[in-house]
Amino acid sequence: MSTPKTLFEKVWQQHLVAEPAGEPPLLYIDLQLVHEVTSPQAFEGLRIAGRKLRRPDRHIATVDHNVPTTSVEDRLHIVDQIASKQVQALRTNCADFGIEFFDVQDASQGIVHMIGPELGATKPGMTIVCGDSHTSTHGAFGAMAFGIGTSEVEHVMATQTLPQSKPKTFRITVDGELPFGVTAKDIILDIIGKIGTDGATGYAIEYAGSAIRALSMEGRMTVCNMSIEAGARAGMIAPDETTFEYLKGRRFSPQGDAWEQAVAHWRTLPTDEGATFDREMHIDAATLAPAVTWGTSPGMHATIDGKVPSLDDARSDADRKSFAKAYEYMDLQPGMPMEQITIDTVFLGSCTNGRIEDLRAAAAVVKGHHIAAKIRAMVVPGSQQVKRQAEEEGLDAIFKTAGFEWREPGCSMCLGMNPDILQPGERCASTSNRNFEGRQGRGGRTHLVSPEMAAAAAITGHFTDIRKWKSAELNLATKQMLAEGGSL
Amino acid sequence: MVPINEIKSKAMPLPLPNIDTDQIIPKQFLKRIERTGYGDFLFYDWRYNLDVPDSVTPNADFVLNKPEYQGAQILIAERNFGCGSSREHAAWAINQFGFLAVIAPTFADIFFSNAGKNGIILVRLDDEQVKTLMDRSIKNPDHIITVNLEHQTVTDDAGFKATFEIDPFRKFCLLNGYDDIGLTLRHIEDLDKFEEKHNNEFWSAPKLATK
Repeated sequence: MSTPKTLFEKVWQQHLVAEPAGEPPLLYIDLQLVHEVTSPQAFEGLRIAGRKLRRPDRHIATVDHNVPTTSVEDRLHIVDQIASKQVQALRTNCADFGIEFFDVQDASQGIVHMIGPELGATKPGMTIVCGDSHTSTHGAFGAMAFGIGTSEVEHVMATQTLPQSKPKTFRITVDGELPFGVTAKDIILDIIGKIGTDGATGYAIEYAGSAIRALSMEGRMTVCNMSIEAGARAGMIAPDETTFEYLKGRRFSPQGDAWEQAVAHWRTLPTDEGATFDREMHIDAATLAPAVTWGTSPGMHATIDGKVPSLDDARSDADRKSFAKAYEYMDLQPGMPMEQITIDTVFLGSCTNGRIEDLRAAAAVVKGHHIAAKIRAMVVPGSQQVKRQAEEEGLDAIFKTAGFEWREPGCSMCLGMNPDILQPGERCASTSNRNFEGRQGRGGRTHLVSPEMAAAAAITGHFTDIRKWKSAELNLATKQMLAEGGSL
Repeated sequence: MVPINEIKSKAMPLPLPNIDTDQIIPKQFLKRIERTGYGDFLFYDWRYNLDVPDSVTPNADFVLNKPEYQGAQILIAERNFGCGSSREHAAWAINQFGFLAVIAPTFADIFFSNAGKNGIILVRLDDEQVKTLMDRSIKNPDHIITVNLEHQTVTDDAGFKATFEIDPFRKFCLLNGYDDIGLTLRHIEDLDKFEEKHNNEFWSAPKLATK
């Protein structure tokens, strides 16, 4: 019998093109996802060198970072000329190099990390890259997926490979049942808080355990998405029935006999009994609580029933310095109860939490309520498909009735590269992935939360413990939604 | 890429941990399709006073604007430098501003890779060593530090001497100014052979089986 292997090692070995002495191994890349921001200089590089795109069939492109979300008209005629030029450059480049491109109003357009899975382009056992750090999202399918820079984007375009040093392996096992009101977002925020924003640097993480297995694909994507916020090269979850169920019948999924053969192969991928990892960590799901970030890094968070930590809670001098800078930037005092933090804005969306399940969960909280006075709240579906599905289920009506804006798909306020930005001092409950200084707009203050927590904050105007939410109402809304054909 | 070996220069101290790529170059400059011209936008939000609409003035308190540090080719920071977004614009901005080396205890993965492809030497030293160099550069802006890639050393005139680790292949590429694609294409036969086999493994094709 061969040595037991981890999921990561299997995928890695199946993609080794060469292992030249004195150089990093050369890894084959099954799929490169392309978007407007990190690709123009790569295409330019190919042109200058007179190189072709080796495998156009292994590339898929869309526009997401720059596109306005306000209206179809605004998307078709982008006012910002620099952004418009970048979108146009991608159109031209995809046509010139033969890449399938999902343009701004295509039925399959969306955030690049939403559409890979939706199309069935993302599948177990693949190697997937994109010039975007949240490429780790695709690891939810048991793929090895990681973000790269523009030079590497060009490298993959030219050779369909990347020289890659082999990361170490790190298994994080989350066992037990998640308490009511605790979500995939809270799992990953807890992990980042525990190991730090550089805690997994140099590692590929595998998330395992009964709490991870119990997550839907949407939840698994949320967890893998934020692997990079702990510094990890990649985050992976072994494929199982939930994965296959999600992929079956999708546009780019194999069909008929090929489907059966593919599933048979995918079943060989999960980590073998007895395989060892370079590092292990265990978390008891029952101990988790809804999380809210208070500072300017995703590791700076407290539970909703907690307080903004004091300098004494910092683990090192470096942390103390970061804490002090964060109090000032966020305009918060140590010791302040999280529930007392009032907000101006709510952003529901992004590649972390812009999927249908996220919108359903938030709608269940919102239903029958109205957002608090002076709150600006927006829902930005992650993709055209999510938008259509949500509209079919009537979620848009629930949000609009409650005072939310219902937007067109894109990255939107997650990174503020488009017109959706925070004003200086504006405080936002956001379902996105980064709370860095200025991330959502210069001077803007971001608090990362789950969709349920963002929805509750929109209603009350301050962070609110979703576990204490009028649960009768919540359950009623949930039941009603299930009766209407939705699912949780 | 221009070959690089020894950098002898004063150093700019930035005594903060977790400096993320959103700080190194804010998102609004990522809309450009050019590969050059990013130096002016390095640390934009820290570097300029932007409180008055349509008026951009340098923030005199920020180290990048201090006359005594102009011309520094070495940047010193604390741990986890370059975390966050994958934007290579961060490496372009650092390089195009004029930095050829960054010294810190640790760097984030993607930034680490991007820097190496843009002729920037990333020097990992332990916390104490970084602190020593940081303190000397804060106390004396004209303090000269020498980074030697070939010998993998960092030295100064005050007796500081440290060695640093670097991947031998990365070192080879930096010393020779080699571009990765050309190097990979030396393995084209291996690639063709692999691809021929891999094309039949339809489960790993992004789109429907292309047999």
